[in-house]
Amino acid sequence: MPKPVPAPSELTKPFWDAVDSRRLVIQRCQGCRRYHHPPVELCAKCLSSDLAFEPVSGRGSIYSFTITHDARQPAFAEIQPYTVAVVELEEQPGLYMLSNIPGVPTGDVKSGMPVEVTFEEVVPGRFIPQFQPSRRR
Amino acid sequence: MSRNPIEDKTAVVGIGWTEITRRSGVSVLSLAAEACLAAIGDAGLTPKDVDGLVEYQANDSVGALELADVLGVPAVNWYTDIRGGGDHAVSSVALAAMAVSSGACDTCVVYRALNGRSGHRFGAAKPSTMGGRDQWVLPYGYMVPPQWFAMWARTHMARYGTTHEQLGAIAVNQRRNATMNPRAVFQKPISMEDYLSSRWINEPFHIYDCTVEVDAACAVVVTSAERAQALRHKPVYIKGFAMGSFGRPSWEQWADMTEMYSKHVGEMLWRRTGLTAKDIDVAEVYDCFTYSMMCQLEDYGFCAKGEGGPFVASGAIALEGEIPVNTHGGLLSEGYIHGLNHSCEAVSQLRGDAGQRQVRGAQTALVTSGAGILGGGIVYHTK
Repeated sequence: MPKPVPAPSELTKPFWDAVDSRRLVIQRCQGCRRYHHPPVELCAKCLSSDLAFEPVSGRGSIYSFTITHDARQPAFAEIQPYTVAVVELEEQPGLYMLSNIPGVPTGDVKSGMPVEVTFEEVVPGRFIPQFQPSRRR
Repeated sequence: MSRNPIEDKTAVVGIGWTEITRRSGVSVLSLAAEACLAAIGDAGLTPKDVDGLVEYQANDSVGALELADVLGVPAVNWYTDIRGGGDHAVSSVALAAMAVSSGACDTCVVYRALNGRSGHRFGAAKPSTMGGRDQWVLPYGYMVPPQWFAMWARTHMARYGTTHEQLGAIAVNQRRNATMNPRAVFQKPISMEDYLSSRWINEPFHIYDCTVEVDAACAVVVTSAERAQALRHKPVYIKGFAMGSFGRPSWEQWADMTEMYSKHVGEMLWRRTGLTAKDIDVAEVYDCFTYSMMCQLEDYGFCAKGEGGPFVASGAIALEGEIPVNTHGGLLSEGYIHGLNHSCEAVSQLRGDAGQRQVRGAQTALVTSGAGILGGGIVYHTK
């Protein structure tokens, strides 16, 4: 059973196109330089609509996580228990992305753990960003 | 600066419930009609006296005008059908109070009716087009509220050292209250051992951290303070309310998940009413999950931020504690009538009608609704 695949809109397509080529980009206000995720139409900080996608380091840390034992969808019931984490990217405090932490036993996941992006091919040619423990010291 | 022009202009004069079950065997319309007739009858009124209706739902219930027709309400002067979540358990009553105090209608019934177990279930994954918010969460198997709140609870555990046993103290205490509530869907006591050995739903939540989906309806009747004095029960006045949010309205992008909507709404509510948590005799706090309730206790000021765990484990929230919370068993044990049952219980307590679980001398009650990114609070009192 395949996992569900994102259906990008005009606004979110640049993000997902980059992910499909295994790159992580985040929308950024060209006025006040604030990052926004998920992408927005208007910068809530300075009200500029001059927004562009810029590459980010792909590094961050686990802000929080939960381990699901009771998935109500077949694609996930097959792989439970699994971790869902909120990852805070290093570029900006509070810049959060959802992720699983594949490859790490659920009992070993910790808040604050340094992580870095990887890409999971969900169906041929379509990827989603995932995070794994950072290999850097 | 704050204004509170609705203060004590309206009162709750009737409350009613259906039986709370896991399979009602009847339509949501039947449930709604039964609960509303019970509440109207409790007030000593008939549907001919009703001219306003407010309800909230998640596409799982019956609209106000349809119900008015079934009840035989002669003419409707105000109605509102709210689409949304548990945050509206308070805003629906607040809206009725605003409609009555503004003169839009004289007597307004507020109801919530659902076949939440045998019909549409909140915990079920829904079909999706994979656009909008879904594109960011569903590929990760992040689908339902028990996951979102578990994620938030973990931040509190990581920052403040909150423990499973402390969350468990809430579940055990509320079940104890439910043993004294003949309406509650779960009346068998549970121990801490039962709690700790129960199955995981989403860590850090065991099954006993999660609300119980039920089939049921409940209703309250709101009218003017003047009219309330002529009716059969001691009026339970609406002192004030607040609802809202702050920050980004996103379960994944909320900046600090150790605090909820209630950080803002609590401040507003106390400023408007001139009260503080110390003035509250009994609190019915929205408990879709144990953690939702604990975090709101902190935000509304019953204890300091971060001390919710030790506070709930100390016995402070027990019937005989300093602030009895969720005296009916709450959504965890009475059942998930989406939070409107908290107002029914508060009114019972303030009337002195709560039987074995009565909080002696209770005159002022806080009811909250919603949790996480949005919600509201309302204060009821007797004079």
